[in-house]
Amino acid sequence: MNNTPESTEPTESAIGSYTSDASTPAPGSIADSGQGSPRTGTARVKRGLADMLKGGVIMDVVTAEQAKIAEDAGAVAVMALERVPADIRAQGGVARMSDPDLIDGIVEAVSIPVMAKARIGHFVEAQVLEALKVDYIDESEVLSPADYINHIDKWDFTVPFVCGATNLGEALRRITEGAAMIRSKGEAGTGDVSEAVKHIRTIRGEIAKLSALSKDELYVAAKELQAPYELVAEVAREGKLPVVLFTAGGVATPADAALMMQLGADGVFVGSGIFKSGNPAARAAAIVRATAQYNDAGAVAEASRGLGEAMVGINVGDLPAPHRLADRGW
Amino acid sequence: MTGGDGTGSLVGVFALQGDVAEHVRVLTALGARVRPVRSAADVAGLDGLVIPGGESSVMDKLSRLLGVASAVRQAIREGLPVYGTCAGMIMLAETIANPIAGQQSFGGLDITVQRNAFGGQVESFETALEVPEVSGDPVHAVFIRAPAVLRAGPDVQVLASVPTSRLESERPAEAGPVPVAVLQESLLATSFHPEVTGDWSFHRYFLEHVIR
Repeated sequence: MNNTPESTEPTESAIGSYTSDASTPAPGSIADSGQGSPRTGTARVKRGLADMLKGGVIMDVVTAEQAKIAEDAGAVAVMALERVPADIRAQGGVARMSDPDLIDGIVEAVSIPVMAKARIGHFVEAQVLEALKVDYIDESEVLSPADYINHIDKWDFTVPFVCGATNLGEALRRITEGAAMIRSKGEAGTGDVSEAVKHIRTIRGEIAKLSALSKDELYVAAKELQAPYELVAEVAREGKLPVVLFTAGGVATPADAALMMQLGADGVFVGSGIFKSGNPAARAAAIVRATAQYNDAGAVAEASRGLGEAMVGINVGDLPAPHRLADRGW
Repeated sequence: MTGGDGTGSLVGVFALQGDVAEHVRVLTALGARVRPVRSAADVAGLDGLVIPGGESSVMDKLSRLLGVASAVRQAIREGLPVYGTCAGMIMLAETIANPIAGQQSFGGLDITVQRNAFGGQVESFETALEVPEVSGDPVHAVFIRAPAVLRAGPDVQVLASVPTSRLESERPAEAGPVPVAVLQESLLATSFHPEVTGDWSFHRYFLEHVIR
């Protein structure tokens, strides 16, 4: 771990992830002490659930039956949606929040956390999902954006949000808006992991670069990243985002999942890769295992055996630019 | 071996899934030597073990798949001090009131737990708890889709409770407050997550009084 033993009484900032200066709450920081009467929807509670998902696999499901299969296979959470990204891509049209009946059915069916997607900027879809008591909202580029300028003000909500990012600046802007978890975007619905690799390498590389800057250079870095200085300085100091960083978009095999974990992801979203494959239950369990044992090539090999057909997939290079979902969000 | 105050103890952190890094950071800062536990071999020689927060159904599945479950069970029977937070409490419970199909726990702690007893994430909360056994100051407690203790056996010491009204389901008032921190000999469990708060009183208590 990146911490050295403390010789003095430990302070909150000593454990790393959170800014603790109560007098000047930075965007993305946790300023409250948690004393007094019970409080819901705090940044710590929101980010905390994402912490508990680490090392796990979050699976896209479109029915309650699929949600059960995912839970039985060891999913750490499910993403409830009407169509998996591969179908959204194939069928076209405007992709929106799922039917509340479908979400209710999935919430009823499983005891692991249930996430659901709202369109970028569609704060009323988010209000509806909060009323349905989903555990996390994904403000997602996989759906058709509702606002091409603004994202949702996520601080307004009790339910936490996860947002996609292709680079560090985008991740920090989402955290500034209140995102409690970030996922690298990848290119959803393709089964092509190359964009996911590119995005997580970009984010991690930019964080490493930031950590090497001197204090006076961080002001310009903040300008270039189009993110608040306090948050940029915190990331530079800690060497990581103040929230959990998962990966998404194109993961289709156990080896894909292990690759993303070795590249530094805290966990994996698998969308079309499971239920568009030949044997969803086996593939789901295999991806869970490979994610947990990502550093053990023998285990990843075991997990990769006899899974049947992977999803067919589309090479991202063959996608015309207007059909690239990762370009949505700014 | 331990230095009497837990300093220098070799403490395992069950590292198959969940907020492993947060526990490692706290334990390391408090002077423990920390070993991630992913296999049966990793359990040998530990002075103590921490089971982190996470998803209990996933921890159960992986721990059996990787053959570490039986080693942990045996170590618990032999008296290994273990501290479980949230999912870790569920893993230590003798009985899970609402498991997923086929879900097992390590057991050892004579309690019945209910998973997600306070409701979903929008009901997750943080508060200050009086825990005189552990700290003179109120302990900062973060409950995230947390379990609660529905039944505690005669040998179980309740260290902290919250009002029944926070529970999602009905519970008769005469049942009293809901236990959220319990101790039974060498097994310590909390429904909440001290590892994400910066309040290290429970970790210190585990190192100094449970491991001994």
